[in-house]
Amino acid sequence: MTEPSRGLRQHRLFWVALAAPGIIWLALLFIVPFYAILAIAGGQLDLFGNPVAVWNPLHWSSANFTAAWRDVTGASAFVGPIILRTLVYVALASLISLLIAYPAAYFVARFAGRRKALFLILLIAPFWISYMMRMLAWIDLLQTDGYVNKALTGMHLISQPVDWLGGLGFTVVLGLVYGYIPYLIIVLYAGLDRIDPALIEAGRDLGLGRVRTFVRVTLPLSRQAILTGMLITVLPMLGDYFTNQLLSGTTGTTMFGNVIDDQLTSSGGVLEGQGAVFSLLFLLVLIAPMIYYVVATNRSSRSAT
Amino acid sequence: MTSAVTQYRAQADEAQTDRTMLGRLRPRRNPWRHPWFLEGFTWLYLIWSLVPVALAILFSFNNGKSQSVWQGFSWRWYFQDPVNSVLHNPDLHAAVVQTLRLSLYVTLITVPLGVAFALGIHRWRGSVALSANFVMILSFVIPELIFGVALFFVFTKLFTGVGLGSLAEVLALVTWNVSWPALIVQARLTTIGRQYEEAAADLGATPGQVIYRVMIRMLTPAIFASVILVFSGVIDDFVLVDLLSSNSSNTPMSVYIYSQQRGGNGGPALNALGTIMLVMSFVAVIIGYLGYRWLTRGERGSRIDALTTIAGEG
Repeated sequence: MTEPSRGLRQHRLFWVALAAPGIIWLALLFIVPFYAILAIAGGQLDLFGNPVAVWNPLHWSSANFTAAWRDVTGASAFVGPIILRTLVYVALASLISLLIAYPAAYFVARFAGRRKALFLILLIAPFWISYMMRMLAWIDLLQTDGYVNKALTGMHLISQPVDWLGGLGFTVVLGLVYGYIPYLIIVLYAGLDRIDPALIEAGRDLGLGRVRTFVRVTLPLSRQAILTGMLITVLPMLGDYFTNQLLSGTTGTTMFGNVIDDQLTSSGGVLEGQGAVFSLLFLLVLIAPMIYYVVATNRSSRSAT
Repeated sequence: MTSAVTQYRAQADEAQTDRTMLGRLRPRRNPWRHPWFLEGFTWLYLIWSLVPVALAILFSFNNGKSQSVWQGFSWRWYFQDPVNSVLHNPDLHAAVVQTLRLSLYVTLITVPLGVAFALGIHRWRGSVALSANFVMILSFVIPELIFGVALFFVFTKLFTGVGLGSLAEVLALVTWNVSWPALIVQARLTTIGRQYEEAAADLGATPGQVIYRVMIRMLTPAIFASVILVFSGVIDDFVLVDLLSSNSSNTPMSVYIYSQQRGGNGGPALNALGTIMLVMSFVAVIIGYLGYRWLTRGERGSRIDALTTIAGEG
């Protein structure tokens, strides 16, 4: 007890033991499952055409990979256009989300004044409303005899009711925007709220107008929030398979997530191997932005020290 | 080269004169005026984001099958209809029970697991600890579909004793949500600093006593916030439970709504189910908000901090 905090250092094992259950849990249920994807993707088919997992990497075969490659490029290829459509939908949806979310988050963070708590409650309320409930809300509104058609015909903008839920890409993109914007808006708000108002005042004092203060000071300072916010919405949007099913349900709006979901749940097991290959492909493409996010999170938590 | 520079200078000068002239011609507007346009935009956004849900709640009380034509108020889809109400339809009923069960079990496992993980990692600081933390943050950002596929394979091909169903759902949701308490508690530990626990240790406390007498008490608000986030996160979760549920006895509300709506069996009963989900989340959040405020009473900070913390940003 002569040295301060010697007791803590002596008990290093104690901290290890405290972290151990979580580490073991993550190893068994986060690391091992990804190895299972590999084992299925590299696995073979049994006599009935069902995939068998192969756990030894030396025995992996390329059967599933060539089958998946045929889906992308072969004579009966169908995945290529779906990937392209997914990218277009997600790009449009995330751009629209940013254009809507940023001004709203900016207003609440900077100008809401005494009504900030009220605005904040309304802004983050959708965060706690289930995704399915929010989709149901739009399904109600977009019915052929729903309020959207009633309003549009009432204003004589359209003469016939539009079948919004009959397979329109437009509906799916707006559905994605509506579904994921709450997550983006919270990140943007938190980022904008952290900006020191003194910096913005300095911009003003030095003679910049409102718009140029925004462009020169606020926007560069919120770059990090924009990046993480976009990541946190784009990553799940890319794997979304339910929004288009609920709002259109036709093959004309199928997204990449549907390919994987169908191969897992509707093929009776036969296409599970290809589902594994596509999941791996998806993971490989996204690994760089994911690691960027982890590093950024680590950096910001350390800089807070 | 030189001419380019001169030209550039000339342009810059011109721009400068333009600006000063403009400044002289037009009186500068008050730079601190209220941005009415932005405020209007924000209100439009809020209306767009909340009114559809309000209408969906309204139609759960519709006295008819339509989701778009109002036929009068009733409790029909909650408990009056003897066949299709949430109370009397066994599948709807089971979905509510399953969601509640999952939320409860998952919260009870996830929060202690994540808090212990955060405490241990924060003091251990070895390379193993750093990589474990890396994996934990990775689990926060990985697309849910990929993680769901991975677990689907693990539970159907490797840990076949688990299989699909409630146990798989609980294991999956715990793994998916454990980063909430871990991240929030780590952030709080960083804010608290080491001086309190070092003081306690200098006064002769063992690590166990430091944890129990000092740290847990100081971490209570963070733990509380993670309970709320995990609980309401499980209610809203869809992808994992969709991939890992196997029959109607282990299908929670979100999956039930999706499969019925997609199968063309939509109707006000689903709106009623969605409304029940919403009420459950909101009750959790209101308790969370009031509890967080009570636990952090006497600390600097405000209503707004409490709100952002229970929304996972703070």
